[in-house]
Amino acid sequence: MRELGLDPQSVIVREVRSDGQAEDEGFVGSPTIRIDGADVQPPEDPAAGLTCRIYRRRDGRISPTPDPADLRDALSAALSTTSERS
Amino acid sequence: MPAIGDPAPAFALPDTSGTLHAPDGAPATVVVFTCNHCPYALAWHERIMAVARDYADRGVRMLAINPNDAERYPRDSSEAMRERVQSGEFDGVPYLRDESQQVAREYDAKTTPDVFVLDGSGILRYRGAPDASYEDPSLNAAWLREALDAVLAGRDPDTGETAPVGCSIKWKS
Repeated sequence: MRELGLDPQSVIVREVRSDGQAEDEGFVGSPTIRIDGADVQPPEDPAAGLTCRIYRRRDGRISPTPDPADLRDALSAALSTTSERS
Repeated sequence: MPAIGDPAPAFALPDTSGTLHAPDGAPATVVVFTCNHCPYALAWHERIMAVARDYADRGVRMLAINPNDAERYPRDSSEAMRERVQSGEFDGVPYLRDESQQVAREYDAKTTPDVFVLDGSGILRYRGAPDASYEDPSLNAAWLREALDAVLAGRDPDTGETAPVGCSIKWKS
């Protein structure tokens, strides 16, 4: 985020504690990272639940977190969209 | 909760075909709690299966146990387990269902994966992670291999316990 001029303190961390809350919020597992409400890697299975998410790094490795390069790209794309609107 | 040097809890659990499996006095037995839906378990899976292959001719037996609540986590259902076995992901390692979660509780398993090594007398000799990082396949489950090498040589592993790393076991409520 710092590389892109964003403040890491602006990240909002939310704990989803129940199946009902997961259903209400369309939470598909931990961690889910959304930028302006959009999932950085929309899941193949959109079923809500208190589960663990499986990501793939760009080299194909399975990971509990997205590839940092994918996060950078998602943030850059979101910033571009925001600047186009303004 | 068994400590290193204590007898490991006995169990007999069904595999995906219903056949019961139990530690059977092999020179060393690896009991690994794992599952289908945890990225840590999946990231380490191939490395753990490679250990089973590499140590089979030295008499080492591996038993994989899925203890997760399949009702709330359908990706850990018996059917989903069977699909993985049938697709060859377990390479001959029995994939067992701990429906009551009793075995996981008796082992005090914390995560998927959580690896336990028993010697030929059923004494717990190692417990913890397969190696230092799920992110680095080149580590090759080194901690697990070191523990097996020690047990097969009749000595205690230099490190008997490491912190298990992974997704918490999904206990029934």
